[in-house]
Amino acid sequence: MTKQNIPTESHTEMNSSQNTDSSTPLLEVRDLEVTFDTQNGPVHAVRGVSFTLERGESLAIVGESGSGKSTSATAVINLLPSNGRITAGSVKLDGEQLVGISRKDMEKIRGSKIGYVPQDPMSNLNPVWNIGFQVKETLRANGMAKNAKEAEAKAIEALQNAGLPDAAKRLRQYPHQFSGGMRQRALIGIGLSSQPKLLIADEPTSALDVTVQRVILDHLETLTKELGTSVIFITHDLGLAAERAEKLVVMYRGQVVEAGPSREILANPLHPYTQRLVAAAPSLASRRIQAVKTHESIDLAAPTSAIDLQLIERAEHREEVAATATPIISLKDVTKQYKIRTGTFTTETLTAVDNVSFDVAPGTTTAIVGESGSGKSTVAKMVLKLEDVTSGLVRVDGGDVSQIKSSKDVLAFRRRVQPVFQDPYGTLDPLYNIAQTIAEPLVAHGIGNKSERTKRVKELLDQVSLPASTMGRYPNELSGGQRQRVAVARALALKPDVLVLDEAVSALDVLVQGQILNLLTDLQSDLGLSYLFITHDLAVVRLVADNVCVMKSGKIVEAARTDEVFDNPREKYTQDLLAAIPGASIELGS
Amino acid sequence: MQNSERSFPKHFVASIEETPILAVDKVDEDAAPSNLWRDAWRSMRGRAMFWISLFLIVLIAVVSFFPYLFTAEEPNANCQLANSNAGPTEGHPFGFTKQGCDVFARVIHGTSASVTVGLLATIIVVLIGAIFGALAGFYGGVFDAILSRLGDIFFAIPVVLGAIVLMQTIPGTANAFTVALILAVFGWPQVARITRGAVLASRNSDYVTASIALGVTRFRVLLRHVFPNSLAPVIVIATVSLGSYIVAGATLSFLGVGLPPSVMSWGNDIADAQISIRTNPQALLYPAGALSITVLSFLMLGDVVKDALDPRARAR
Repeated sequence: MTKQNIPTESHTEMNSSQNTDSSTPLLEVRDLEVTFDTQNGPVHAVRGVSFTLERGESLAIVGESGSGKSTSATAVINLLPSNGRITAGSVKLDGEQLVGISRKDMEKIRGSKIGYVPQDPMSNLNPVWNIGFQVKETLRANGMAKNAKEAEAKAIEALQNAGLPDAAKRLRQYPHQFSGGMRQRALIGIGLSSQPKLLIADEPTSALDVTVQRVILDHLETLTKELGTSVIFITHDLGLAAERAEKLVVMYRGQVVEAGPSREILANPLHPYTQRLVAAAPSLASRRIQAVKTHESIDLAAPTSAIDLQLIERAEHREEVAATATPIISLKDVTKQYKIRTGTFTTETLTAVDNVSFDVAPGTTTAIVGESGSGKSTVAKMVLKLEDVTSGLVRVDGGDVSQIKSSKDVLAFRRRVQPVFQDPYGTLDPLYNIAQTIAEPLVAHGIGNKSERTKRVKELLDQVSLPASTMGRYPNELSGGQRQRVAVARALALKPDVLVLDEAVSALDVLVQGQILNLLTDLQSDLGLSYLFITHDLAVVRLVADNVCVMKSGKIVEAARTDEVFDNPREKYTQDLLAAIPGASIELGS
Repeated sequence: MQNSERSFPKHFVASIEETPILAVDKVDEDAAPSNLWRDAWRSMRGRAMFWISLFLIVLIAVVSFFPYLFTAEEPNANCQLANSNAGPTEGHPFGFTKQGCDVFARVIHGTSASVTVGLLATIIVVLIGAIFGALAGFYGGVFDAILSRLGDIFFAIPVVLGAIVLMQTIPGTANAFTVALILAVFGWPQVARITRGAVLASRNSDYVTASIALGVTRFRVLLRHVFPNSLAPVIVIATVSLGSYIVAGATLSFLGVGLPPSVMSWGNDIADAQISIRTNPQALLYPAGALSITVLSFLMLGDVVKDALDPRARAR
């Protein structure tokens, strides 16, 4: 089954230039094949993957979920799940074969020679042991410390190096006392504590807020440079990969489709898949749109794609329409407080949303951007009347939402304002088929008879570009993107005026995300919808929003037109957010 | 591999023939349809334990409805003291009791009462428990507090002990229904707790919020979305507890507070047989064995159903 998909010409071409030193490359992966045994027969997750990593170099493996990027990396350190195995190929570290060596030998290599930073900082630290124990455990397992005293000193050093202040005190703290960013620092500290030659970072920051992500990646970069550690990043974000790694390996369906220096791939993607990826990556697309908007005459790394132009055109169209109209959503001094029980009789007041005011003009998109805990989702819930305001006024089309009391009025309100939620897996009832799901609002509002509803369901499926054959299927048979389309179709069933999109595309792969964003803007111009777009991702905002409200700890710190926010951010926090978009520092063009 | 081959290609591109790209996010229109229940059925279908337990349960059902298919012997009419504690003979494969009754006939005829108690108790428990649990979990607040504490009070009393006390206060003779009812009085909190937990888990899911935002009323959301999605653990606990209620019913009979001695049941027979256990173990062993097989088959079914409804337990 092994296919030699590295053309031999490219090797011979390189021989003369790089064959001068006597040392072997640090990591050499050749024709790696990984197979998983599943109920439905073997699945070839990785098919003939080859790449080489020199000392001190950084490499990023980029791909969508299921592309085999993580599997390739875990195969290197043989941390594959029990039903997975390497069926062919070789992995050489310093010229030493790693495939097929005993578990004991592999344990010696893990940690001491190859460090690993896992994806999810929330679940990768054991909650019942303090941080110090977990760092010292690694040090001792790798023979870095002979006694307790030495282990303590080295653990403090490791945490300090990872950028945790007060390391001596932190050793005695437990994971739940750490924020997400601190946990990821601790994990990086653990990964680097034995000064391995190679560090594998599997989506090291995808669970973190962008500003935290940037600080951590910056720190990781200086740290690995100092130690001379080679790094393999696994990431879905092309912008992040190109910014942080010298070389890129683009994977698609278990195979390497393109590999080479980051800049070159970004500037000149040759494989159609890479071209699609470059066109769709929000971090890159937002920069291109920005460039077109400001009429910068820089040579763009990648040509402006058709989608970009379409998005720009639609935005211009919206601006014309919106200029005169009265706002469809209007928030004035809206505050939401929660009472949190701190003891049996004591409560504490938490202000989730603090004096927020903004307007949304009909037919336009207003984005609310903020990091976790900024109160952006609470705003969405208040607009949807799923939460009541503590004080202030939420108006939809002139009417005060809090005054809507009778069930008939609530029903009428629900017809006009519809939500689409983040998690494509949680948003559809697993026991309802697609037709039932989309017809549910029609049934609840008593619209039409059975055949009319079926007709409407077909129409809606067509609007979100799903085949009519989807009607009899159940949510677990559809992909994340398809489920999100169904959720959009359901939201559109009652012909609402407003859609509240709460991180509606955040959980999707880049290409699918691009598709859904395109669908949303398309529907907007067709149906004249107004969107309230809640997101943590400023790059996506650039693609779809007309106005932006940047939220931080319950307050709006900056609200302006999207162009203004991107051209001339006034607040420090907005500037930080913009700078944190991965790929922001890539010099586009020459 | 030669050292010279190590270098990284400057800009490698896979040939497009070898790495064809598919349309983004295309719907697989040929895939066989599936959902939770269909997947569960598919998973159960392939397991031997499912068919064994199902066969036994069907057999038990047939025995309890049509006992004369299995034995022509009248269990009480032909008791002759001459046969007291006699061993197996022609036409009487299990031997005789102390009273000289045919053990085989008694085991066959005792099935109905024993299984009825278990089934009735389970049905009542699931009804009360699921309704209380679902309401408590879904509406929460004071309602939840009251229902949960009430459940805790009943939960604190051991089923058998509570049943003994209650049975003695009941005037007249007990029948299968009263025994089942009294078992259910002490058994419902367990089902209520499990239902409440499952309802709590699905209450906060996005599809529930979405339905509410669509304008579906809360009660309808509970009925159409939350409850069906909380059903799996209830079914599991029902199949498992059916066995234990049969045992509990037999225990009460054994203790002399359950079904009256005139009603034939395994529990009564086991109680009667204990006096002659040394001289005539068969009178004890056969009804006890029948009880064990019945309980075991329901437990096995419960186990298979549990695995089938839990996607994590299903081999993927």
